[in-house]
Amino acid sequence: MTAIEIAAAVRAGTRTAVDVVEEHLAAIAAREDELHAFNLVLADEARAAAAAIDERVRAGDDPGPLAGVPVALKDNLCTRGIPTTCSSRILEGWRPPYDATVVERLRAAGAVIIGKTNLDEFAMGSSTENSAFGPTRNPHDPSRVPGGSSGGSAAAVAAGFAPVALGSDTGGSIRQPAALCGVVGVKPTYGVVSRYGLVAFASSLDQIGPFTTTVADAALVTEVIGGHDRHDSTSIPLPPPAITPTLHDGVDGLRVGRITDLPSGADPDVLARLDAAFDALADAGAKIVDVEVPAFTYGLTAYYLIAPAEASSNLARYDGVRYGLRVDAPDTNAMYMATRAAGFGDEVKRRIMLGTYALSAGYYEAYYGKALKVRRRIADDFARAYEHADVLLTPTSPTVAFPLGAKTDNPFAMYLCDTYTIPTNLAGGPGMSVPFGTGADGLPVGVQVLAPTLGEPTMFRVAQALEDAATKEQAG
Amino acid sequence: MSSLQVREGAGNLAAVSDRITTADVIHVAKLARLALTDEEITRMTAQLGDMLDHFADIDELDLEGVEPMTQPYPLSNVLRDDVVEPCLDRDEVLAAAPDVVDGRFRVPPIIGLAE
Repeated sequence: MTAIEIAAAVRAGTRTAVDVVEEHLAAIAAREDELHAFNLVLADEARAAAAAIDERVRAGDDPGPLAGVPVALKDNLCTRGIPTTCSSRILEGWRPPYDATVVERLRAAGAVIIGKTNLDEFAMGSSTENSAFGPTRNPHDPSRVPGGSSGGSAAAVAAGFAPVALGSDTGGSIRQPAALCGVVGVKPTYGVVSRYGLVAFASSLDQIGPFTTTVADAALVTEVIGGHDRHDSTSIPLPPPAITPTLHDGVDGLRVGRITDLPSGADPDVLARLDAAFDALADAGAKIVDVEVPAFTYGLTAYYLIAPAEASSNLARYDGVRYGLRVDAPDTNAMYMATRAAGFGDEVKRRIMLGTYALSAGYYEAYYGKALKVRRRIADDFARAYEHADVLLTPTSPTVAFPLGAKTDNPFAMYLCDTYTIPTNLAGGPGMSVPFGTGADGLPVGVQVLAPTLGEPTMFRVAQALEDAATKEQAG
Repeated sequence: MSSLQVREGAGNLAAVSDRITTADVIHVAKLARLALTDEEITRMTAQLGDMLDHFADIDELDLEGVEPMTQPYPLSNVLRDDVVEPCLDRDEVLAAAPDVVDGRFRVPPIIGLAE
């Protein structure tokens, strides 16, 4: 059942939230040992929350648009009194003293939190192999990665552990795992969803968004978690986006951009599905237009200078003083050095080093300063492209899911996974991945839809048209 | 070169870039408050050098007069009314700390020990 179907049944009293939770806990019990999607399953808490929802329905209350819908949360979203680890030893056992805004909004809409999902440590990675607690595996083929960094959330939805999960997307960490696991994944416009209570990686790029099995569910969840929040000073002062009302308006007359200077390197099976997506949208009445977006060529470099720079600053707070791990030493500075050496994994250390270097005296202008100028160029590139196209279509990931261990020895090869997803994080516009058939070895392929800032309604219309076409294709 | 190609020798510890030295890495680790092992310093020097080589692709761009961009959706002077509101519970916050004394965070000596 989709989230919309579950909420309708629970609100109507035709199915209990407790029954829904039990069904998902049974799915978790059957396959979680094999997949390791979760850092923590909140079985008792979910049962209690579901019982409270059922009680409200019986009393004649409406618990909200997500009544009784189980939701899995990436384990970098703060949950009051419930461990939040970021899959890092440095935060192991930490219980946040407050809830993230998205968690409050989900609960207020009737959702039931079912667990905290695994991720690459501090959301740094593209395979979920950088977790201090071991990798998550892809439900479609457990010898392969689920993508990352929100791999646990993507796998949880793909495996039927929850109809909805939240992730965070700094350079593709929702969209890439969504593509590799065959589910819908959305990065909203920067500022649409409050980051309050999301453990910060790169503050000018991070954005929370949903994983779901359908485009309509993703639209609903984005509406529930979106909208201004006074606790986040970068939150756009607007009400939640209205996406659902126009979701089924179709794409007749919409201009869909094909990027002529897209960096090469995507596998042929992935590109074949992208071509099929253009054909499907053209058949539905969209106009395919060619556009140049040089941003895709320079995005990777700008991102891997800016994101680590911001991370090196944000992660300075893990110093063994206020929370998390402390390794004792005779003086405070030695305690900092030992705590951080013991608490952070290889990739996190690498990015802290890269970011610190890019910000250090003598190199600031050559690296960080230059990257900020490239970022402006990238935003300008998109703005020019969106004069000719309402949305852009690209592959989400250059490949289908790859085997565990395939890229762990070469950090830069792992970074290339994000080539197509990174640019819109730099510019700020929304992006989403929609499952669109299969590629090599029958594994899922995702197509990415990009739109200008606050272009969610149009982006979702295109995504819905792609989902409709994929459903039709599958039905033969 | 397509940005999706991995340079030959990437990840190979023998292919050391001249963009960053071991001394640079040791200096940066100190700035970042990270105690790195000798093995980590060697590996990090090679890996960071490899990345900086890749990142040279933006050197060809003419960025004269381009305004740096620090945030995607510029908002400025985001303020709230200056009124007293509930804040985090002190005991709950301190309960998460590694060491606490008299309602405060406790740390090892900051000064007075040998460098």
